[in-house]
Amino acid sequence: MTSTSGTSSATAATSGLSWEELVTTALLGTDRRTPAGPVPGREAPVTLLDAAAAETVRRRAGIRPVRAVARPEPVAPDRRAMLPPAARRRLTTLLADRPGTGGGRRGTAPDLMELLPQWLALANAHGYAAPPEVLPALLDAARGRTDLRPAVLAFAGARALWLARLNTDWRFALRAAPGGGAALPGPDDPERVQRLWREGLFAERVALLTAIRARDAASARELLSATWSTERAEDRLMFLDTLRTGLEAADEPFLEAALADRSRNVRATAAELLSALPNSALAGRMAKRATACVAVDRPGGTSTAAGTPTLVVEAPPECDPGMERDGVLPKAPAGRGERSWWLGQLVEAAPLGAWSRRFGGRTPQEIVALPVADDWQGELHGAWCRAAVRQRDPEWSRALLGAPSIPEAGGPGAVSLAERAKLLATLGGGDRAEWVAGFIATHGLSEAFQLLGVCAVPWAPPLGRAVVDALNIARDAGSYPWSFSGVMGLAERCLDPAEAVRLQPLTATPEDMEDSAPGAGGYWAEAFQRLATTLRLRAAMRGELEPPGAAPPEAA
Amino acid sequence: MTQQGVRWTAEQVLALAPDAASRKAGSKLAAAGPWSGAGSSDEGTVWGLCKGSGSKPYQTIIDVADSTGPAYKCGCPSRKFPCKHALGLLLLWAGDDAAVPTGQAPDWAQQWLSGRRTRAAERTTRTDAASGATSADPEAARRRAERRADRITAGAAELEQRLTDLFRGGLAAAEQAGYGLWEETAARMVDAQAPGLAARVRELGAIPGSGPGWPVRLLEECALLHLLDQGWLRRDHLPDGLAATVRSRIGLPGSPDSPPVRDRWLTLAQYDTSDAHLTTRRIWLHGTESGRTALLLSYGAAGRAPELSLPVGLAFEAKVSAHPGAGQLRAALGERFTAPEPTAVRPPGITPSEAAARYGAALQDDPWLDSVPVTLTRVVPCPDGDSWQLADADGDLALPLTPSARSRPGLWRLMALSGGTPVTVFGECGHRGFTPLTAWADEPQGVRGPAGQAVTLW
Repeated sequence: MTSTSGTSSATAATSGLSWEELVTTALLGTDRRTPAGPVPGREAPVTLLDAAAAETVRRRAGIRPVRAVARPEPVAPDRRAMLPPAARRRLTTLLADRPGTGGGRRGTAPDLMELLPQWLALANAHGYAAPPEVLPALLDAARGRTDLRPAVLAFAGARALWLARLNTDWRFALRAAPGGGAALPGPDDPERVQRLWREGLFAERVALLTAIRARDAASARELLSATWSTERAEDRLMFLDTLRTGLEAADEPFLEAALADRSRNVRATAAELLSALPNSALAGRMAKRATACVAVDRPGGTSTAAGTPTLVVEAPPECDPGMERDGVLPKAPAGRGERSWWLGQLVEAAPLGAWSRRFGGRTPQEIVALPVADDWQGELHGAWCRAAVRQRDPEWSRALLGAPSIPEAGGPGAVSLAERAKLLATLGGGDRAEWVAGFIATHGLSEAFQLLGVCAVPWAPPLGRAVVDALNIARDAGSYPWSFSGVMGLAERCLDPAEAVRLQPLTATPEDMEDSAPGAGGYWAEAFQRLATTLRLRAAMRGELEPPGAAPPEAA
Repeated sequence: MTQQGVRWTAEQVLALAPDAASRKAGSKLAAAGPWSGAGSSDEGTVWGLCKGSGSKPYQTIIDVADSTGPAYKCGCPSRKFPCKHALGLLLLWAGDDAAVPTGQAPDWAQQWLSGRRTRAAERTTRTDAASGATSADPEAARRRAERRADRITAGAAELEQRLTDLFRGGLAAAEQAGYGLWEETAARMVDAQAPGLAARVRELGAIPGSGPGWPVRLLEECALLHLLDQGWLRRDHLPDGLAATVRSRIGLPGSPDSPPVRDRWLTLAQYDTSDAHLTTRRIWLHGTESGRTALLLSYGAAGRAPELSLPVGLAFEAKVSAHPGAGQLRAALGERFTAPEPTAVRPPGITPSEAAARYGAALQDDPWLDSVPVTLTRVVPCPDGDSWQLADADGDLALPLTPSARSRPGLWRLMALSGGTPVTVFGECGHRGFTPLTAWADEPQGVRGPAGQAVTLW
């Protein structure tokens, strides 16, 4: 705000003193500096204060607006639908639940912040626009939690990027959005594509390549081939990674050439991609090497008691240049035998179909069931697991998982829980839920957390029932609920809201049993109440986001 | 009046919370889980039973339509006011959830309600009688007022003496004197029963440490304090309006002296400022028919939210009476006739230049005014280096924001709402700049559902 200076005014209400002079006199004191224009009968300080009072009011009364600066470029209008009012209110309450005052027992209240990811996924599935005034709170939430960022930025749209350019706290939004949110050129604009590919920043180019690859695998490959020889090694690695999406047989020549790359990481990634193409030359070479190392002893298997067919493993004697060229790392990590290290890599990279041919047409089920001589089972089955995950082969995955009720499924077996979770991810949603439900029914919850994490949300009815039953059994066994807080938290987020009805009987506080921990009953009732409340809240959230008269979307 | 119209928004409910922890705890209780027997009435009453840690549920009841602001009652032992149960129930009700159906209040709620309503009615008749007639013992009251006036006169004279001593030695020397000197002087003014003088003196103590340019600010504030002393000492020679302004600035209790105005009042803004002992809540109202602006003040002792709370952006019908004083905007809220409802009315807006002129004109009636309430129309919030301004969308002039407004999260809500397009902003315009309090989007933003809602910026 500018003030009128003392000179421009004709209303000389003061005793002819300029403001600057008044300030100087006030600082030094009237004993040292006599103010001009003394008034008879009034002390000097009072004269000064009289003049300063008149001048202060005059200066304030004369404030004027300032010159406007350049206005920011207006943000493009959002064409998406507005949130229904009830959903808008819900979002406000979810965002009001800031972490930090937590700690201690969780009580029966739902954990609202944990429901935000689901809420955002639903809102994005419906294609709603974020209410502008909520953007700061959303960006603050995403700043503290990187897992929220993609959903928040999708929901917040271009206006959030416009804001992020003005506030350094939200700079992450610009990093996540290539070109600061500028739209990537489409397939109808080859000239802009070429220009951005040639002149863009690295992050923009990765985003461009990723977008094109998702649309049209061949054009992306051509774009990359054109400049491949001039790219820096670490950039080549990132670009090569974009080919994972939509990997196809036509990619083979390009990848085969990349096996001769100067960078070892690029070579290894190219080999990995090629091995996921079962008909590629590299896959064929790997199949030949791997199958040469494993044989069935007593083939033909006239099953007498002494002559059970058994797998015999002969690990590769050396890592020759051909193997190295095909991506096998010659140097074993500390504590591992190098021959078994090479064997693992060969089996992992060989197409799984080769084994049936090698073992007389046996199914994956039968192959996995064969005993393995000389303690090679762990090494061999582990490598098959990695191959099944890499090649996304559900039949082999199911064979390696085995029945969920067998004792070693609960570990420690030939296949670790982490590997089982990865294998499960290659199965269809229904099969996955069924297997985990069977696992929980046999082995309980203590080992199930990792496996539950890969199941589709909301959980299928048999899986939901298995989890609730297992929690109920754990309660009857007399332990405390916080031993299961991980599974409880997952259940709050993943159980189908329709299960809330079945939880009702569990929310009552039972009498303490003879052999249960003191007070555990009350804590369990509390945990089940929170579970039921959260499920009802999720059902309400879902309902609030429904546009009037629309079919429900497919979302988490 | 539909039930829908009375429901508040979640933001309005959260604004009632005494602190952030209550907000969080209330949000957690905003789910149907712990509640049973919840319901609401068209008259703005909400009730429910909340399961706590004990066997007996807490009875929670809120009367949002009460004439003195929402009233709460809850069986919980919490010292917070309103407690998390009341907040949670209101949020549940605001969520338009089937969990709070319209119905007949149960007996336990009905008892409390009728008790309150009866007392309120008695109060109204009492105040009507008091304003019409004289108080019980006019002679005693006059003697009390005289004694107090003498005390204040002595205090003002003492303060003048201190200012004189200060300016003899100069402000540069005062910098070393520090806080203690002013604290002691402020205490003397409290003894003199002049709280307005005491507050001003206390603020002087903070100026020497407030960064570059402090001597100018200290001179301005000392001069205005001197002006107030002089005004009091010569109040008999002042025009009535100015004399009333001086009395209220000194801190003498005013009571509304003009006839109450019945109107539909739009709540423009509500915000709290706190010091160690007291939370002061300011609520700005706009009379949709009379066009008047009114300021309601409400106080809460530390840790308690002030009692009066009105949902921003909604309008309600009520009587409001202005306090005495020229250009005085402070008013008291009288009887309320309807619960707050959404409204399409916006206060008429002016340009940045007109806002600056309006503040200048208001100083004639009250030279101690720091700012005036203003609605700016078609302004664009813009960053300007380290500071910010509201620029006229159709001109080349702007109002800078006050330094304190720059650091509040509300600034980013304003930026988000605008996105570079013109908005309507209500706030306070004064010699330090403009403080935005509430904003409405001017232009439709994409596919809009409801009309542009008021966005609070405090």
